[in-house]
Amino acid sequence: MTRIATLQGDELEGGIALLGGPYSNHRALRAGLEDARRRGAARIFCLGDLGGFGPNPGAIYPLLAARDVTTIAGNYDRSLAERLHDCGCGYTHPDDNHYARLSYAYTDRHTTDEQRAWLGTLPDGVRFERGGRRYLLCHGSPRRTNEFLWESACSDAFLLRLARDAEADTIVCTHTGLHWQRLLPGGVRVINVGSIGRPANDGRPNVWYAWLAPGSEEAAFIPVDYDHEAMAAEMEAERLPAPFVETIRGGWWTTCLEILPARERARGRF
Amino acid sequence: MRSSIPLAQAPAVPALALDTVWFQVAGTLCNLRCRHCFIACGPTNRAHDYMDRESVRGHLREAESLGVRDVYFTGGEPFLHRDLVGILDDALRIAPTSVLTNATLLTPALVRELAALRDASRYSLEMRVSLDGITPEQNDPIRGPGTFDDTLRGAQHLSDGGFLPIITVTQTWDDADDRRLREGFHALLRARGIERPRVKILPLFKIGREASRTRGYAPEELLTPAHMDGYDPWLLQCSTSRMVTSRGVYVCPILINVPSARMAETLGASLRPFPLAHGACHTCWATGATCRN
Ligand code: SF4
Ligand code: SF4
Ligand SMILES: [Fe+2]
Repeated sequence: MTRIATLQGDELEGGIALLGGPYSNHRALRAGLEDARRRGAARIFCLGDLGGFGPNPGAIYPLLAARDVTTIAGNYDRSLAERLHDCGCGYTHPDDNHYARLSYAYTDRHTTDEQRAWLGTLPDGVRFERGGRRYLLCHGSPRRTNEFLWESACSDAFLLRLARDAEADTIVCTHTGLHWQRLLPGGVRVINVGSIGRPANDGRPNVWYAWLAPGSEEAAFIPVDYDHEAMAAEMEAERLPAPFVETIRGGWWTTCLEILPARERARGRF
Repeated sequence: MRSSIPLAQAPAVPALALDTVWFQVAGTLCNLRCRHCFIACGPTNRAHDYMDRESVRGHLREAESLGVRDVYFTGGEPFLHRDLVGILDDALRIAPTSVLTNATLLTPALVRELAALRDASRYSLEMRVSLDGITPEQNDPIRGPGTFDDTLRGAQHLSDGGFLPIITVTQTWDDADDRRLREGFHALLRARGIERPRVKILPLFKIGREASRTRGYAPEELLTPAHMDGYDPWLLQCSTSRMVTSRGVYVCPILINVPSARMAETLGASLRPFPLAHGACHTCWATGATCRN
């Protein structure tokens, strides 16, 4: 990864909200940001992938601006900024790529030049110190924006290597859409914050974000309810693929499933 | 037919990291003798032999110290190895683990043992099952008489045991038929009670027995430095993985019968650039395919 922003400031010792991919779900993002405000978040981060999946991607930008959210570029954001032909998610299976292409084409059509230019200014990662620990926030992994860190597919040894190479005590990432965290031998922690825009493939329509309370280096995963029915209706009005709408209503993933490791796939319905 | 070029002219792939370690745990021994097998396995081929559990353990320990992400077991047919369950137990303590099998030797009792290992580990245990057609008429001429039914029976045992096997198909047809065949596999598996079929299609490597079945590589299918211009080496699995066999550490799972692809005795010593001087390298380069899941 090339562009890393280093932050400093007393507010970093306060409560920190870490939000994963919004995927154009502006209603869920609004609810998540509101929840973080109620908790008294001193700083809010979004780990990228603003577009894709949901409707009207332009609605995400003013929400991030209004709450002063520090945003990292995801693969989606990079692709839009560089006008690439696909989302760069890193899927390897044709069935996954089919739906990935549909949603990228939709988001691409609805992204303005001004938005692309802004996406082009986003860093690939953010570093700061908090409570004596070195944090590295990234989208996929510290070394690749589109690398998937799934809980059941990452050995301790691998995560320790990533942390060592990145000179970090805590790695925070998203990109998979499923939240998890692991405390590794020696105290290194990896937090995948999941997604604020897509349910966690558990049959529940709510979304999730990660919360670092003041003085805590362990993340709490916060479920966020929002008006998912209104989101589903908006997606239908925009004629987005029916399986996407089904995920918003039912909380089970219906597409881009082939990339899931066995354990994560077995937990879902499809 | 020439299937490699002088090393000096070949572009080199860097060793970026050791993410994946493969074990040719059953060597080149297999109960089948598929006509397209790119490493020409069979019941009597001891080019690479069984690896004993202690030796696998040693390599696993080294892999762990190098930060390995995941581990794969293949052969030949891994379930011919009498210590395989123990070896998988060792591996699953360290990393996510996949087994590539023809599934013909799987019994309900064996699947129960595998399920117990799976459930005891924090990591995924993936079962990859090879099948090469959606009818016996398509599959059996390639993989042998009766193998269609034997393999599907094994896959059903896995499914009954709560596994979601990945059916792995070698592409022996034209690209144009891709979508239709993929759907055909899904329909076949559903009809056999495998509710959530997972299918992976691998390109055909024109080496081993396959080279004589159809044809080998032509000279223009060899990579030159120009091929690697602007090409992300990350896309080649040899930039992030290695293969361990009874004879040492090889660059990748595909070239284990190429003497110059043997890189070292240990994983650590094998992490250096490798000249992409082989016809099979062209297939990897052109398809971006990986033997990983
Ligand atoms: S392709 Fe697989 S099952 Fe067939 S002979 Fe080779 S190793 Fe055995
Ligand atoms: S055959 Fe493929 S994986 Fe093996 S060295 Fe050549 S390019 Fe790399
Ligand atoms: Fe992403």
